[in-house]
Amino acid sequence: MLSARKIQVILAALFAAGLAPLASAAWGDLNMPVGVTELSREIYYLHQLILWVCVVIAIAVFSVMIYSIVKFRKSQGAVPDTKMLHSTRVEIVWTVVPVLILVAMAIPAARGLMNIEDSRNVEMNVKVTGYQWKWQYEYMESGVSFFSNLDSASNAARQLQSGVDPNSVPNYLLSVDRPLVIPVGTKVRLLLTAQDVIHSWWVPDFGMKKDAIPGFMNEMWIRVDEDKPGVYRGQCAELCGRDHGFMPIVVEVKSKADFATWLAAQQAADQPPAEIAPAIVDAEQVATPNSVTTPTAG
Amino acid sequence: MAQAHAAAADKYYIPHSSPWPIIGSASLFVLMFGVIAYLNEWLPLWVMLPGFALLIFMFVGWFSTVIGESQKGMYNLSVDRSFRMGMIWFIFSEVMFFAAFFGALFYARSLAVPWLGGEGTKIFTHALNWPSFENAWPTNGPANVGPRADGSFEIIPAFGLPAINTLILLTSGVTVTIAHHALRAGHRVMLNTFLFLTVALGFLFVYLQGVEYHHAYTELGLKLSTGIYGSTFFMLTGFHGFHVTLGAIMLLVIWFRTMRGHMTPERHFAFEATAWYWHFVDVVWLGLFIFVYWV
Amino acid sequence: MATTQAHTAADHDHHDHKPHGIGRWLYATNHKDIGTMYLVFACIMFFVGGTMALIIRAELFQPGLQFVDPAFFNSMTTMHALVMIFGAVMPAWTGLANWMIPMQVGAPDMALPRLNNFSFWILPFAFTLLLATLFVPGGAPAGGWTMYPPLVLQTGDAFPFLIFAIHLMGASSILGAINVVVTVMNMRAPGVGLLNMPLFVWTWLITAYLLIATMPVLAGAVTMLLTDHFFGTTFFAASGGGDPVMFQHIFWFFGHPEVYILILPAFGIISEIIPAFSRKPLFGYGAMVYASASIAFLSFIVWAHHMFTVGMPLAGQLFFMLSTMLIAIPTGVKVFNWTATMWRGSLTFEAPMLFALSFLFLFTIGGFSGLMLAIVPADFQYQDSYFVVAHFHYVLVPGAVFAIMAAVYFWLPKWTGNMYNTALAKWHFWLSTIGVNILFFPQHFLGLAGMPRRIPDYATQFTDWNMVSSVGAFIFGFSQLMFPYIIWKCVKGGEKIGNRAWEGARGLEWELPSPAPYHSWEEAPSRELIARGAQH
Ligand code: HEA
Ligand code: HEA
Ligand code: CUA
Ligand SMILES: [Cu+2]
Repeated sequence: MLSARKIQVILAALFAAGLAPLASAAWGDLNMPVGVTELSREIYYLHQLILWVCVVIAIAVFSVMIYSIVKFRKSQGAVPDTKMLHSTRVEIVWTVVPVLILVAMAIPAARGLMNIEDSRNVEMNVKVTGYQWKWQYEYMESGVSFFSNLDSASNAARQLQSGVDPNSVPNYLLSVDRPLVIPVGTKVRLLLTAQDVIHSWWVPDFGMKKDAIPGFMNEMWIRVDEDKPGVYRGQCAELCGRDHGFMPIVVEVKSKADFATWLAAQQAADQPPAEIAPAIVDAEQVATPNSVTTPTAG
Repeated sequence: MAQAHAAAADKYYIPHSSPWPIIGSASLFVLMFGVIAYLNEWLPLWVMLPGFALLIFMFVGWFSTVIGESQKGMYNLSVDRSFRMGMIWFIFSEVMFFAAFFGALFYARSLAVPWLGGEGTKIFTHALNWPSFENAWPTNGPANVGPRADGSFEIIPAFGLPAINTLILLTSGVTVTIAHHALRAGHRVMLNTFLFLTVALGFLFVYLQGVEYHHAYTELGLKLSTGIYGSTFFMLTGFHGFHVTLGAIMLLVIWFRTMRGHMTPERHFAFEATAWYWHFVDVVWLGLFIFVYWV
Repeated sequence: MATTQAHTAADHDHHDHKPHGIGRWLYATNHKDIGTMYLVFACIMFFVGGTMALIIRAELFQPGLQFVDPAFFNSMTTMHALVMIFGAVMPAWTGLANWMIPMQVGAPDMALPRLNNFSFWILPFAFTLLLATLFVPGGAPAGGWTMYPPLVLQTGDAFPFLIFAIHLMGASSILGAINVVVTVMNMRAPGVGLLNMPLFVWTWLITAYLLIATMPVLAGAVTMLLTDHFFGTTFFAASGGGDPVMFQHIFWFFGHPEVYILILPAFGIISEIIPAFSRKPLFGYGAMVYASASIAFLSFIVWAHHMFTVGMPLAGQLFFMLSTMLIAIPTGVKVFNWTATMWRGSLTFEAPMLFALSFLFLFTIGGFSGLMLAIVPADFQYQDSYFVVAHFHYVLVPGAVFAIMAAVYFWLPKWTGNMYNTALAKWHFWLSTIGVNILFFPQHFLGLAGMPRRIPDYATQFTDWNMVSSVGAFIFGFSQLMFPYIIWKCVKGGEKIGNRAWEGARGLEWELPSPAPYHSWEEAPSRELIARGAQH
């Protein structure tokens, strides 16, 4: 029989081997993206704050545990102090100190939340509708409207035993036939709903996700930094049936000028009449009941 | 005879084995499988009958065993206390079952329907999805879900049958209490009379509830499928009516037992448990009367 | 029934004859027999649920779909969770309650023995219904264990199976919980006071209240699903004035207390084992009791922290964030008290203690990630990602499941009278602890990097950590085969032990012979015995 010590050594080695990829992976791959909006940065820093608070508490608590495990062993001749039963003083300390730490975490969290919920001064509205399994985007002001599906290369490769190596497909499962296009530096409000079941719209670089619920309309807003045009990718984040894993979200963020050109081109192309445009109102104004869309759930 | 043996039961009685629980589990399985097969349109409705019959058989068998043991004086006061506590917590679990449906009612009335009507933080829900819907109660929703072609429906006013039913249930609460006092004072005739009255009032309630349902279904356009109003109305009153029926059957059994001389002024757990159950059904009704029919 | 009637109060003496044959199990009224059945059932379900988990991990080993259809994958996710929670962990706790509570409070048996049998035997039937769905047209339920409408209403013929299986599981839990409450409140031997009963009894008592209060709510919720599906109600459809989110509120009003149902008995176990192997009474017994009660109370007012992305009004989000954060306080009190119990103790590291220590570290990690999830703005990123999967497996697997294993290793000698193979048990411990970390730690990274949960296939940048996780899953999963093997060997024989299997073990159960007699305390234990066993 192996001695306990030998077992421990072997297993410790196994453990280290298991964690080896940790060393090789860059920190950025392990952590939340900082993102490209003011909100995403705020959320990132909040995440860092709470993460490190937890790490510090963990180090403190685990140190005491490990010290006890090492120091107070019977095999080292430790004698139990059976008189140590309770102490109101320490109980109070370890109740009050965590309360303070929690308060310190709650304040920035509440502040961030208010920021996120502040949808004043929206400059542009896009209605986003989730379907099994695609997204529809409708530009409320200009009437441009289209569907966004998983692109065909990913779709071919993702079939059961397709024989296609996913690594050979660029942006496997994260690319679509028609991305959502928005301008930088503009407060864009997404109005989210769904046609069949609940979906959820999530682009990690924007820091936010929100559920798209049939019959209801949720809001969230994005303002991408002026200097961060680019393509940002995400996925549906609420189980919505068989192909939940296959309804990606791709957002192309263009400079304001490029966006204007793009929008004009879309409007010029064969577009259905802008029937939804008049419905949109600002959050401060109360909605007028004569708006035109038909109920979406039935 | 029960009293004579009672003193011998100085130990907590532990049955050595019993076939009833497993018959009970099996009957639930058969019954539920029947319901499933019916709902999936695999088999006609009668497939639930065997399970149902088995369930009844189990109840009769199990309770007969317990009654027999009780009459033989095998239960000491501690066993009696266990039964009482068990019954109280069982009733509490039933309360929580109703709480789920009351929760649904309150949620719909104070959140979902106002939101659909454009109140609170969800103005776009109204503006973009349901522009012509107004927040009101009762409602069958923005799509006017219901049996009538025009989506209309009527409701049952509180101060008609429901008020009478309230009186009936409240009276039955009084009669069962009088019966209880009679039992404790040893007035067997009064006990039997008032217990019988309670049973009668219980079944009368169920009957009137049936009349009301019939009226709603045939004349008012008010069905289970009449939007959220119909859903909450029938689920709450329906489960309540089901519990009243059970309670009335329990009372009936107790009545048969008191007629046969069971229950003593000191020891009558079965009577009390049934009375508690009856009061629970009563209180739930008050909640229903206020929140479903009235306000 | 014949036996029932043959025994009247007078001839109560020939107690020690056990019923024989299959009838002993089918008609069982003995708390130990019923406890054993619960534990065996839980173990089987653990392997069933684990096999499903391994199918999930096998498919996720690489990007691309290798083995299963996406719909089947979703079924595996859904069934894995339902089987693990309702089939493995909850029955294991009830089994331990059955075995230990009467022995620990000085009672001859559970208070309502026939009801006890009923609670158990409902379960195999409930899981027959649930697992049968793997073979019905349309496949097993695939809408997630949370069963959100409208998706769950798309389930095929499996739908009513799912609903009625949940009803049966709920009935079983409620009846089992009533039995525990009544046993603890009514069957304590004279001298076993509420404030000197073992913490396992305390935490189970609180758990039982949670069960009685929340399982009926779940029953109500799934009943509404049933009527929405078959009878035209519109609880969860906006068209009729309902709201899909309403289901989520009702479900999580059950669902959040449910996770404490899974962990509170574990807190009790750890509070028994750490003092035993530190040879020192539990530090802060009173604080532990109050902390458990506070956790239970708070668990009723935090439910919507699972729903931060549904678009709740701001005030709601703030309320649920703050109330959720509060739970860290009583839980912290528990962690600190356990640590203080080890402080200036005299520690040895037998298998139960090893599992308890592993619990202590890894549950705390899971608790920290829970706290992070409670911070609303950050949860907008974490929600429905693998970060959540990592969180709850840390509290569930090295949390609840390790505590169950610790309990079994702690009391197995009492149950069988034999000591198990301690070297193998240590192997089991090390493989489990290492495996579980390789399995679940990388999932934090996956979640933060943006991998959603409940997907059968993923973008290629997630490949490395998924591979690591899957390797961990197979190490962990196959190591678990050692557990039933060790138990089986121990049941068959082994070094005999005395009443007190562990030097530092205190409590009434250790005053009984090993193996424990068929009926526990036919005569209530004397006050000396109780005082000897008292925790403080
Ligand atoms: C045993 C089960 C269990 C336990 C104990 C917990 C414990 C906790 N959980 Fe967890 N949770 C689950 C099981 C569990 N959870 C499951 C199954 C889900 C997902 C369900 C699904 O969607 O399928 C989930 C999901 C979940 C979410 C939703 C995530 C999402 O979907 O977006 C949240 C959010 O708030 C959360 C929070 C917490 C918190 C705050 C605790 C706290 O109780 C933790 C408290 C403990 C500590 C904090 C550590 C010890 C404390 C100290 C050492 C003191 C000092 C510390 C500080 C002051 C910071 N959990
Ligand atoms: C107590 C609860 C519990 C437990 C113990 C576990 C245990 C495990 N869980 Fe899971 N899990 C959940 C509760 C639990 N889980 C819940 C609630 C969800 C969410 C579901 C949802 O989204 O709806 C989930 C989801 C979930 C996912 C995410 C799925 C998805 O989002 O698509 C994954 C993926 O890795 C996973 C993995 C595992 C693994 C590898 C284990 C391992 O610990 C399992 C260990 C394996 C074994 C013990 C099996 C050993 C078997 C053999 C060796 C074969 C031998 C065969 C025979 C004898 C026949 N679980
Ligand atoms: Cu759409 Cu998931
Ligand atoms: Cu929770």
